Amino acid sequence: MNAYEKLLKARSKDRATFSRFLNTIFDNFYEFHGDRRFADDLAVIGGVAYLGDLPVTVIGLEKGIDTKDKIKRNFGCANPEGYRKALRLMKQAEKFKRPVICFIDTSGAYCGIGAEERGQGQAISQNLTEMASLECPVIAIVIGEGGSGGALALSVADEIWMLENAVYSVISPEGCASILWKDAKRAQEAAECLKMTAEDLLNLGIIDKIIQEKNFDQTTKDIKELLTNTIKKLMSLSVKDLINNRYFKYRNMGNRFI
Amino acid sequence: MIRRAQFKKPRNKLEESEISFHPPIIKDNLCCNCPSCKKIVFLEDLKNNLGVCPICSKHLKIKARERIQYIADADTFEELFGDLKSNNILNFPDYDQKLSASQDQSNENEAVITGVCEINDIKCCIFAMEPFFMMGSMGSVVGEKIARLFEYASERKLSVIGFTISGGARMQEGMLSLMQMAKVSAAVNRHSKLGLLYIAILCDPTAGGVTASFAMSADIIAAEPQALICFAGPRVIEQTIRQKLPPNFQKAEFLLEKGFIDIVMPRYDQKKFLTDMLKIHTFNQEKNAV
Repeated sequence: MNAYEKLLKARSKDRATFSRFLNTIFDNFYEFHGDRRFADDLAVIGGVAYLGDLPVTVIGLEKGIDTKDKIKRNFGCANPEGYRKALRLMKQAEKFKRPVICFIDTSGAYCGIGAEERGQGQAISQNLTEMASLECPVIAIVIGEGGSGGALALSVADEIWMLENAVYSVISPEGCASILWKDAKRAQEAAECLKMTAEDLLNLGIIDKIIQEKNFDQTTKDIKELLTNTIKKLMSLSVKDLINNRYFKYRNMGNRFI
Repeated sequence: MIRRAQFKKPRNKLEESEISFHPPIIKDNLCCNCPSCKKIVFLEDLKNNLGVCPICSKHLKIKARERIQYIADADTFEELFGDLKSNNILNFPDYDQKLSASQDQSNENEAVITGVCEINDIKCCIFAMEPFFMMGSMGSVVGEKIARLFEYASERKLSVIGFTISGGARMQEGMLSLMQMAKVSAAVNRHSKLGLLYIAILCDPTAGGVTASFAMSADIIAAEPQALICFAGPRVIEQTIRQKLPPNFQKAEFLLEKGFIDIVMPRYDQKKFLTDMLKIHTFNQEKNAV
């Protein structure tokens, strides 16, 4: 499969969205709402749950299941209040020493008048800054589309994983083609150039693991096992080591090319 | 009845009219058109006026080195990490040509200049992004230089002053560009946790990945008058929502009103402003150090 086919697969309406992963992998989930500043953004679902017998904070971007749900969730495009809600829940996790697990599936942060007025850039910026020194383990999993800054705002983590057919890109191939070649139809070509597949990103040293997609039950079983083992490993580190490792993970990213 | 107009694409004049992403068209070596008021101004006057149009006060794009020259005390600027250059890591089509063309056009190795200088005898770190190098876009080297500067400042307990001018992350380096946002943010965070000062001055335009990382994470955020500061650009928003945008949308004054920047600061007052800020914010630190 080439990059564009993977992109189409990641965007496909039959692909499982975050809430299905949430219900399969975790038990006893309680959703927490609102950013305490403006509103509750339904593009972001977050709360507490059990991973086996371990309490965790789970946050994810949800594209919606049917048409009505998709509209309610703004097709998984979060507004600033969504990112602020996510940060609030992460800070809560830090306080109660729970690990944070983020699921990413979005075409990008929403671009609209309201989003700009309420500081989309500031909200993402704050997440990046705060997540860099969050004193609890953070794991991010890209399950579908990882759309630029809107995806990054939930994926500054100790480990970043991607499903085999997920994509993660600095810009949508359509956007890239229309800026560079003034022709959005050349998206296929752009998708190839942007190096957005899980395999490409593993080779570039940006992600840590690719999760093979078998059937849904097997995939979620694998994710659960991986999460349990990795969190155990991360929880054994001192807070200082955890944060230092995270700092240098990002600090050294791509430096072998400079 | 369905009105036909509903199906028409919005006409988009924004790109050409107000927002100029290009340097003024210089007719000869003596004068040019102000891209805002279109009046002819002498280059000499423009230069003496710090690149601000003497007729309409539009703050034009100026080279990063000129900017530092206006701010730093004479002969105090010392460049750091100046020899770093970008490579075409992903083998992106035409990127090599674009890099060499930008290097020729701007006379710089990359889209940001980093270093140390003195501002009215106060030593500090400074970075300025270069609008004439791929519109100040952020690739691996830009991110690396700024991250190194913050680490350098952290080690030496110096304040950082940053001028941001950027179209955002550089798509020719794909995800490596996006990760620079996280990398620089982490370095800013470490610097901040040491109790050190970071002042950002947002210039026209500051957009995308730069807005969503180190432009918005400073202790004090100032902006030049009428600078475009956004996450998503006005054209993208118009195309997404199919509505006309309100006047002054995403301009510095608009962000001030919405509560996202501290102050609008014209270019001629910036040196005094920065001096005062450096003095005020390091007053107690110095006292404790003594």
